[in-house]
Amino acid sequence: MAQTFTKAMARNIFYGGSVFFFLLFLALTLDTNRTLPELDNRAAITEQVALGKRVWEENNCIGCHTLLGEGAYFAPELGNVYTRFGNSKEAIVGFIKSRPKDGIPGRRSMPQFNLSDEELEAIAEFLKYTSEINTAGWPPNTQG
Amino acid sequence: MQYKSQAVAKPYFIAAIGLFMAQILFGLVMGLQYVVGDFLFPEIPFNVARMVHTNLLIVWLLFGFMGAAYYLVPEEAERELQAPWLAIAMFWIFLIAGALTVLGYLLVPYAGLAEMTGNQYLPTMGREFLEQPTITKLGIVVVALAFLFNIGMTVLKGRKTVVSLVLLLGLLGLAVFFLFSFYNPENLVQDKYYWWWVVHLWVEGVWELILGSILAFVLIKTTGVDREVIEKWLYVIIAMTLITGIIGTGHHYYWIGTPEYWQWWGSIFSAMEPIPFFMMTVFAFNMVNRRRRNHPNKAAILWALGTAVMAFLGAGVWGFLHTLSPVNYYTHGTQITAAHGHLAFYGAYVMIVLAIISYAMPMLRGREAANSERSQVLEMWSFWLMTVSMVFITLFLTGAGILQVFLQRYSENPQPFMAVQEKIVLFYWLREIAGLVFLIGLICYVTSFFVGSRDAEVKIGSAATSPA
Ligand code: HEC
Ligand code: HEM
Ligand code: HEM
Ligand SMILES: [Fe+2]
Repeated sequence: MAQTFTKAMARNIFYGGSVFFFLLFLALTLDTNRTLPELDNRAAITEQVALGKRVWEENNCIGCHTLLGEGAYFAPELGNVYTRFGNSKEAIVGFIKSRPKDGIPGRRSMPQFNLSDEELEAIAEFLKYTSEINTAGWPPNTQG
Repeated sequence: MQYKSQAVAKPYFIAAIGLFMAQILFGLVMGLQYVVGDFLFPEIPFNVARMVHTNLLIVWLLFGFMGAAYYLVPEEAERELQAPWLAIAMFWIFLIAGALTVLGYLLVPYAGLAEMTGNQYLPTMGREFLEQPTITKLGIVVVALAFLFNIGMTVLKGRKTVVSLVLLLGLLGLAVFFLFSFYNPENLVQDKYYWWWVVHLWVEGVWELILGSILAFVLIKTTGVDREVIEKWLYVIIAMTLITGIIGTGHHYYWIGTPEYWQWWGSIFSAMEPIPFFMMTVFAFNMVNRRRRNHPNKAAILWALGTAVMAFLGAGVWGFLHTLSPVNYYTHGTQITAAHGHLAFYGAYVMIVLAIISYAMPMLRGREAANSERSQVLEMWSFWLMTVSMVFITLFLTGAGILQVFLQRYSENPQPFMAVQEKIVLFYWLREIAGLVFLIGLICYVTSFFVGSRDAEVKIGSAATSPA
């Protein structure tokens, strides 16, 4: 680097640039939060959905699945499983309920979580709510 | 070793290497579960192995960062550490808390662990990388505070160099952004939005400051290039990191229910994120070429150059590959992501920790500057085995990812996830084989600490130190 470019100048670019872009990031975050109510389907967040999210978290479903494309890549995307299962909560409940305790020989297996009926209903409702978030057209098709 | 208290770094480095070994073993378990679906089921389901694999990775890297700070800050500040006893106490607390958490994952069903640890009072569990029970998270905050106090006081009372200030800033940022792991709203979109303030603002923000300062330290010590030159480079690199990386967070806000303007902000800024990584490569090679002395620790220089190159490949090139929103629309959450995640973490953070361990360990073990010839040769073998096998892991996952995207998302007749996975099983077998080679490399690495311990040290000017 040329001698005219001093360490003090480099330092100022670092501090000035970081502060400026962090503030810009905060401004964008503020605007995002203002716009979110139109996109994030928050009207659908009932107590049941909130419980469903807790069941989702406390059984670590994200350790095998993606949800809106984030998580693990071992098992199907679940952000749109509600539509993939023909807009049927019963199908989701039925699937989770019917997992064999010892897995399926030779196939990637999902555990039997022994969830209560209330928890099963809640998780299905949570997945329905998730499928109705406005995700800018993602995923490309129902296969996820 | 110039200061007695630098010795506290040693247990941190040893723990880091031990946990690294465990991380890789669980990686291999998952790699096998990818192809033999019911392997170890239901004893160790995939999600449990994954938590152990990723959490061990984060924890051992943190051990490495802390050891690096305890080693280099006294030397930079030209004084003993504020409170060496505190560093040792925190070491044991962190190690025991980490071990208990991993045992909890392995021995108790996750829902049981959540109940036992009172997750309902402050639910933070069950999100990727942040699976730790809330009390473990609180423990991490305590350890971080004690650590920052120790390092911060040492820096404040001593000589303030750019290297130690940047390191301190990075570590402070690490602790501050971790606090967002306690924010877990019921609204999934907001949950995801701030989740990235931990994950993205760590690896593409403040951790890069830590990476840059450790790299600068190793280069100052091994090349003898004027500190002024190196510090100017460091400032420019981290300036570019934060200028591009903060708004670059937007590359995670394309499809999670956030406004669509993030597709522009995220694509444009994250497309520039490879710049600081590229500068780091130019920087490292420049400094080594302009070196004023031939340091006898050739292995440490190899790791330092290696981390600069591999971080650019993994984060810069593989990151750019899928960062533009029209591409990410198809690759989001596929094996492409896994390919990038592996090479970026390995190149940037695994290798920089191994570089500082390689540089510091000989002194911590009572040598003058370097290990024996035999030990260094084995260490350099381990460098090549691990690095080349990680490149192959990345290439196989990229192959799997391209086919997955095509068959499941791009072709005329998109096929279900599970059907596609069966079609690309060959790539997963190849990944597992490359993973076994990685394990052999890691075993060589560990062995190098026990080989030639009694042989003479490599001396400056001897054959082993001829210019690389
Ligand atoms: C150990 C890994 C694992 C965990 C943990 C896991 N799953 Fe699964 N899940 C799978 C696998 C594998 C499949 C595909 C099964 C098959 O097709 O045979 C699957 C399939 C599904 C499906 C059907 C998807 C489809 O498109 O066919 C639903 C719904 C589902 N899981 C819900 C959940 C929920 C809810 C949780 C958390 C309570 C969960 N899963 C936790 C592995 C897991
Ligand atoms: C022996 C070699 C390894 C094997 C076989 C292996 C295997 C795996 C597997 C199967 C996953 C889960 C992917 C999924 O979600 O479906 C994973 C995740 C991960 N591994 Fe490894 N791993 C290995 C080494 C490493 C190393 C050395 C690192 C660190 C550099 C690492 C870092 C990660 C990370 C960061 C994730 C999360 C990835 C993501 O979410 O995109 N792994 N690994
Ligand atoms: C050392 C630095 C980096 C590390 C350690 C890293 C690691 C990771 C990991 C682990 C993930 C997966 C997260 C998850 O599980 O959901 C990820 C995702 C991603 N990274 Fe990086 N990364 C780095 C730098 C970069 C850079 C510089 C870019 C862009 C040029 C980039 C672009 C992306 C993108 C676009 C995703 C999202 C992938 C998706 O949509 O599924 N990364 N990164
Ligand atoms: Fe990112």
